[in-house]
Amino acid sequence: MDNRPFLTGRSGDGSLRGTIVAAMAPTDPDPKLAEYAHPERLVTTAWLAEHLGDPDLVVVESDEDVLLYDTGHIPGAVKVDWHTELNHPVTRDYVDPEQFAQLCGERGISRESTVVFYGDRNNWWATYALWVFRLFGHEDVRILDGGRAKWIAEGRETTTEQPKPPQVEYPIVERDDIAIRAFKEDVLGHLGGQLVDVRSPGEYSGELLHMPDYPQEGAVRGGHVPGAASVPWARAANEDGTFKSRDELSAIYEDEQGLSKDEPTIAYCRIGERSSHTWFVLSYLLGFEGVRNYDGSWTEWGNSVRVPIAQGTERGSA
Amino acid sequence: MSLTPALEELVEDFGAVGTKDKLQLLLELSQELPALPARYADAADSMEQVHECQSPLFLAVEVDEDPEHRVHLYFSAPPEAPTTRGFASIMHTGLDGEPAETVLGVPDDFYTALGLTQAVSPLRIRGMAAMLSRIKRQVRAAVGGSDGGAGGQP
Repeated sequence: MDNRPFLTGRSGDGSLRGTIVAAMAPTDPDPKLAEYAHPERLVTTAWLAEHLGDPDLVVVESDEDVLLYDTGHIPGAVKVDWHTELNHPVTRDYVDPEQFAQLCGERGISRESTVVFYGDRNNWWATYALWVFRLFGHEDVRILDGGRAKWIAEGRETTTEQPKPPQVEYPIVERDDIAIRAFKEDVLGHLGGQLVDVRSPGEYSGELLHMPDYPQEGAVRGGHVPGAASVPWARAANEDGTFKSRDELSAIYEDEQGLSKDEPTIAYCRIGERSSHTWFVLSYLLGFEGVRNYDGSWTEWGNSVRVPIAQGTERGSA
Repeated sequence: MSLTPALEELVEDFGAVGTKDKLQLLLELSQELPALPARYADAADSMEQVHECQSPLFLAVEVDEDPEHRVHLYFSAPPEAPTTRGFASIMHTGLDGEPAETVLGVPDDFYTALGLTQAVSPLRIRGMAAMLSRIKRQVRAAVGGSDGGAGGQP
């Protein structure tokens, strides 16, 4: 069983480093963003257009479709490929501190840089990349509200020109796998606590072993972790890819689902990418304390021997 | 079971370069995917959706009446789905205009020879496998329909 320290009492996403230091780029004063618990974690397309080219600001595109960046991207934006660059090449894990330092250094990202992430599909993979950056304690990370789709829909400039940022020194920092990441043992120890299953209703009930329209990806059992609330991740997004307003989000997660922002929460999906989106929403937009993303998710849980599983539409109990 | 000469060539091209250039090659292929002919452009429901692909992809298969039953492929995928377009373009480059028998003879796991699994997630690669199996199914149905089921039917 897990004997790690309990996570309440830390700020925002559970980070030990609570506040953003003064040198960083200004917060977008947009009134919609100001409603969120952590407005400094988002920027609007208008803000970004104005701040492109600022020193210490790096824009990172992270897409589900790994070729999309190359068809045209925000001027100056660099690409992070979730599949080949964030995952460890051999072990099922994320890159190690040296690999992360290299990834950042090559892209002109210093430890002090403001990094704005954006991507396709409601910023699904952008929030995943942001979450990995937070594992390494990179402080100033933000999401472009509306992502790639909104930038393009507004007719803003794109280019196929690849930026060539000068190599910078990024320190070798240990990954913190405690504050915002959960492992299977943590989930077992957390049974009875708040869990959010962000997969589709069919995956939650156990009728489907994979996303609708997507191929089967190798779970031998269907269903959900007992007690988990079912909130498909994309419910947090509007049609145009922006996040729903704070009131709308609160209505879903707090009023409808009865989740409390003062209780530790674990979110999961299939491999931890969709749930990083929900982790972002709960931590930064609604101000939940101690939210962790279980990246093993259903491809681990649904294959594990003798872990409890609930089927059907009811949450069930452990 | 064997690859068509055009597929052989693609396998060689992909095999000759590293991961980064494989993606570049796939991007170029995605840009070369022919536009949908007018007869399909307004009739998406006459095409078959490849549900296994991570982005909307529609596919139409036509088989000539000639003795070789040459196969013609048409694909529709949005510009914001370049990987899917790239896979469709591999299919088009490799199979379009080939006799039905040749298309049916392409090994189902031909995509492993492209060595793309390092560069693209396995989920997506399986989308390409699904494209081939759907193409083959349509070809079998068409050939079966025109000559009483003798050609290419397993």
